[in-house]
Amino acid sequence: MATETGTAQEVVHQAAALADHLPMLVVLVPFVAAPLVVVLGSRGLAWWLAFVASVVSTVIAAALLARVFDGSVISYAIGGWAPPLGIEYRIDAANAFVLLLVAGISTVILPYAKVSVAAEVPKKNHTLFYAAYLLCFTGLLGVTATGDAFNVFVFLEISSLSTYVLVAQGSYRDKRAFTAAYDYLIMGTIGATFFVIGIGFLYMATGTLNMADIADRIAEQGSNRTVRAAFAFIVVGMGLKAAVYPLHLWLPGAYTRAPSAITAFLAGTATKVAIYVLLRFFFSVFQPGFTFTVNTLEIIVIPLAILAMFAASFIAIFQNDFKRMLAYSSIAQIGYILLGVGLLTATGLTAGIAHLFNHGITKATLFMGVGAIVLRVGGSWYDRIDGLGRTMPWTSAAIVLGGLSLIGVPGTAGFISKWLLVQAALEKGWWPIALLVVASSLLAVVYVWRVVEALYLRVPQGRAAEATDPPLMMLIPLGLAALACIWFGFDTRVTIGASQMAAEGLLAGSAGMLDSVGASSALPLGAGH
Amino acid sequence: MDTGTAIFLSILIPFAAVFTNLIFRNSPNLRDGLTGAASVLAFLCVLVVLYNEGNGTSEEIVWFQVFPGIDLAFKVEPLGLLFAIIASGLWIVTHVYGIGYMRGNNESHHPRFFACFSFAIASAMGIAFAGNMFTLFLFYEALTISTYPLVAHKGTPEAIRGARTYLAILIGTSIGLQLVAVIWTWALAGTLDFTNGGILAGHIEGPMVAILLGLYAFGIGKAALMPFHRWLPAAMVAPTPVSALLHAVAVVKAGVFTMLKVGVYIFGIDFLAETGASEWLMWLAAFSILAASVVALTKDNLKARLAYSTVSQLSYITLGMALATTMGALGGGLHIATHAVGKITLFMCAGSIYVATHKTEISQMNGLGRAMPITYGAFLVGALSIIGLPPFAGSWSKWLLIVGAADAGQIVMIGVLMASSLLNVVYLLSVVGRGFFLPAADPGKHDHGHGGQDDHAPEGEASAMVWGPPVASAVLCLVLFFFAGDVAAFLAPIAEPAATAVAATN
Repeated sequence: MATETGTAQEVVHQAAALADHLPMLVVLVPFVAAPLVVVLGSRGLAWWLAFVASVVSTVIAAALLARVFDGSVISYAIGGWAPPLGIEYRIDAANAFVLLLVAGISTVILPYAKVSVAAEVPKKNHTLFYAAYLLCFTGLLGVTATGDAFNVFVFLEISSLSTYVLVAQGSYRDKRAFTAAYDYLIMGTIGATFFVIGIGFLYMATGTLNMADIADRIAEQGSNRTVRAAFAFIVVGMGLKAAVYPLHLWLPGAYTRAPSAITAFLAGTATKVAIYVLLRFFFSVFQPGFTFTVNTLEIIVIPLAILAMFAASFIAIFQNDFKRMLAYSSIAQIGYILLGVGLLTATGLTAGIAHLFNHGITKATLFMGVGAIVLRVGGSWYDRIDGLGRTMPWTSAAIVLGGLSLIGVPGTAGFISKWLLVQAALEKGWWPIALLVVASSLLAVVYVWRVVEALYLRVPQGRAAEATDPPLMMLIPLGLAALACIWFGFDTRVTIGASQMAAEGLLAGSAGMLDSVGASSALPLGAGH
Repeated sequence: MDTGTAIFLSILIPFAAVFTNLIFRNSPNLRDGLTGAASVLAFLCVLVVLYNEGNGTSEEIVWFQVFPGIDLAFKVEPLGLLFAIIASGLWIVTHVYGIGYMRGNNESHHPRFFACFSFAIASAMGIAFAGNMFTLFLFYEALTISTYPLVAHKGTPEAIRGARTYLAILIGTSIGLQLVAVIWTWALAGTLDFTNGGILAGHIEGPMVAILLGLYAFGIGKAALMPFHRWLPAAMVAPTPVSALLHAVAVVKAGVFTMLKVGVYIFGIDFLAETGASEWLMWLAAFSILAASVVALTKDNLKARLAYSTVSQLSYITLGMALATTMGALGGGLHIATHAVGKITLFMCAGSIYVATHKTEISQMNGLGRAMPITYGAFLVGALSIIGLPPFAGSWSKWLLIVGAADAGQIVMIGVLMASSLLNVVYLLSVVGRGFFLPAADPGKHDHGHGGQDDHAPEGEASAMVWGPPVASAVLCLVLFFFAGDVAAFLAPIAEPAATAVAATN
């Protein structure tokens, strides 16, 4: 008995010790799985490894979010090397929420991807495909979890390089995927270069790479030309990755030509992570009170956001390809997120972060729906999707639910964030902005309804007439995502709760190194470090 | 059964009927039988709520919180209960009629039709019992979305165009204006609960009151206030049961019901009276009443004429709210009920004529009354009720509205109501007159636009399932005349506490 209790205690102790390493494990698990996939070289195992890694990351992300939901901050020093010299992982409500979004979407999409990828990518590439996918996934998680500016760049490149490969895999279905991937490569590299130049300037000005430490130094020395240049480079660089209008040119091509599962994954996660990095730099590295930030947001970001909401929506209306339409719609929706951020109020920031999540699941649903159509009909041109409401009823229903959420009809996730956004604008007294938000929602009605009419009010022809709903492996993730669009339209405890906490944390400015010590000492961190 | 459960069931039962229709898509009798049972059960649930309300057991029922401070909540109050009784009660009648019509006309896609229909009723129940503006807005949009497929039902280019107009105006106004108004209200008052006497007094003043009211008045597109009325005639491409229950009762009444709720529980009648913010709305409603009546005169298509008549009659209710007097609000509330029974009768008669003869234009209907006396008799009763002649229900609501106008000192409005009645006489009774007194058209001269359907010569009534329901609702027009006082007394509390509140502040 005694030994048994001893073992149990041992297990509990080890579990507790493991729990301390969660901030690193969330990134490490897929990172280790990626080379493992290549080394094992087995097609069957590749998917399983990716899926298991993704599930584990999701569980860890959920656990992390639960731990920081009260507004606390977890600071983790890699290898026990104390920051600012060592690399620090820093988890608060803002990035735990994004981690959960990224990992959750990956977990939902992978079962779907198994069938979809099998149909769109030749078998010989599958092993490497999943390895690249895992690297991309790792990169996105790493960018989000880390508290070190240079580490952001490293993970950013890991995710970007693997994304270029993944996008190019669409070339077996459509040769234009090569040019799309090449466009993305050029633009993405320019973005990353700008970003790393910005980091370089910051290092020059502060002598440190730890974000919290940089924040402290900037707060001490105040603004100077180097810091402002750094800010500009970082904003433009990340703006490119986030497809902030008018830096969005890579996005429509990449989203349209990439394999369906990759589009669904990237649309839900990649731009969202880039926006998260922007938020982190706007608010944590440069203080929210930093006048340069305020001016940039009000004079540059808000007008660009509004421009995106309208220009991209208009372009979306006139697309002839469902997938491409959704890509332009994404650019418009990024405008909403940035608008919320630009309002610089707690409600606005909450709206932006909530929309980051809600739009992530909405777009994942829609792109999965398109993927199902591509599988059955071979394309997503409007004339090919005619009448699919009759032959692919479940897929079409899921697309309609996603579409309603995209418009922001009450009872869907999209409505929640739009409500918050309008509320934020009104609270600030900027009622024209509120009217612009609802006006651009009406443009969404137009482009969504083109699809609804095609699906339900036309007669299916050609392959559409014989199409059926995709296999359950694809249909169930699609259905789950569609239900999530409805679920988060009613149950907002997690979305609004986490967004509010994240917004408060960000607006409180950087918890610089001093605060961070206080925050981490309040946590039951293991003695390991 | 307590009120909370009854409300829950009255929404859930029609919602469940959506799925029974889809699941049993291939067994029509079982499917339609289940929906019929659902309509009766939903009505019973509403009656339970009525019974409990009579015992004074009503309180707010919160399902769950959506936003911090905003709940999905339900609350029973007289206006909503009246709306729920009308919508669920007439659903039973219309369902019977709908089966007869859809089968008699060989329409396609029955499961989709009845599923969307049930969804619309569930949404209407949600609107009726909504405890705050947020909940109401949620179901309001659900009603728009669920009725869209019904308008587009036939799938013809005309139907698709009509459905586009329908959706564009209803979604455009509700998201573009009403949503802004709701969120603005929330930002101002910090609550969206329907409260006797309103929630806005003291939070907003000056011209902004009128602007906010404008956002609501135009944002509630379902009330068909001009110039946002085009969707209603456009919706007439839908099969007639839809026009009858949804576009004469559930959808449009949801609009004016929301309008009344906003006037009574968000602004408060007294607040509106003090600020005079609703005066412009009163004039616009008056314009809407007369203009729509005149347009109705010019329409030869029977359903289009009835649609414009509805636009006109809906503005009666908006006018009642905008008068900002107790009597006006009561008259508006009562008019929801009386116009509902009257107009559903007219629409079902129009459908009955269509099933029997495939005629849609009034000019083709000469002499039909002699062949279809039951349908035309019911039409006459409905028309007289709409015009406002005793002993039919419509006379009371018009009476109360006139009293309300007199209370407000708006003599012109009395004139408007009178003139509108005269116009009603012209455009409604001419249909009956043609039917009974003009000779039937020479069959050889039929409009060949309806080619191949001329075998539907006016030889008699369609099946009893088609003419029975309008007769039943015509009888209701008569019955309601004698119980209008009870309905008015039932509605009275909507304005009372506001009056006492003012008395207290004085």
